[in-house]
Amino acid sequence: MKATVLIRPKEGILDPQGEAVVEALQHLGFAVSGARVGRLVDVQVDTDDPDEARAALDKMSHELLANPLIESFTIDLGDEG
Amino acid sequence: MSEAPRIAVVTFPGSNDDGDAMLALELLGAAPVRSWHGDFELPEGAAGVVLPGGFSYGDYLRCGAIARFAPVMEAVGAFAASGRPVLGICNGFQILCEAGLLPGVLRPNRQQQFVCADVTVTVESTSSAFAGEWVLGQELVIPVKHGEGSWYGDPQLVEEIEARGQIAFRYAEDVNGAVGRIAGVTNASGNVLGLMPHPEHAVDPLLGPTGGVPVLRGLIEAALVPLLAG
Repeated sequence: MKATVLIRPKEGILDPQGEAVVEALQHLGFAVSGARVGRLVDVQVDTDDPDEARAALDKMSHELLANPLIESFTIDLGDEG
Repeated sequence: MSEAPRIAVVTFPGSNDDGDAMLALELLGAAPVRSWHGDFELPEGAAGVVLPGGFSYGDYLRCGAIARFAPVMEAVGAFAASGRPVLGICNGFQILCEAGLLPGVLRPNRQQQFVCADVTVTVESTSSAFAGEWVLGQELVIPVKHGEGSWYGDPQLVEEIEARGQIAFRYAEDVNGAVGRIAGVTNASGNVLGLMPHPEHAVDPLLGPTGGVPVLRGLIEAALVPLLAG
């Protein structure tokens, strides 16, 4: 089944990339005061069992996709199997 | 005179300072041996390990995040657990942090720019296996070249590692926004050291500063210490 892992810089963690984006947006005339840049990973998990998929996604996020010291993540499981 | 210690220099896909590390170690009297990321074992007789600088696996995901799962890393982990010295330089430092062998993590530079300069670091602790010839407060000039070298640890972690003498080096001036201007740290037992500056580029007076000599000599000295238990 398809799933999406969304990884964000934790609150309070400096995000130079986000700051650069804000500056660029302001330069373009947009009224913005903040942007945080994270990462999105679409994963095709080889199972039809949502519980199994969620457990695997949680494990892979902890082990590789995110660094828990500085990043948080959310897992979004698609509706279709 | 004791025999030159064999020091394994690991090459990952995207490493680019492995050659300089080999040359520098040789210049300082060690016997560097190439090691490959796909190997399951370190070269026979290795008494020290260097994870060199570069951009392993294209820095995909996060710097060092993928390299930490390279086959050789299991051997490096076991080697470190046995008390033998492991030195991570720049990308090697990032890999050791991602692997959990060193505290903290390296983040994109605060100034949003790659930094390439000779910087001064000061010796903050002499309790590690590398510090036999270091003096507290000693200043070393060593080049840095990184985009993601801003060391980060939360306040509790910083307090803990400071109390245990794990902060090996601080930048004399802010270089990349690193918490506490931290440039290099060791593990709790003091046999794994990581730093962002490149000691392997600072060993020959013909080419610039020589602040890298005490760092690499520290590794070589640590590799010479016979391992006590089995």
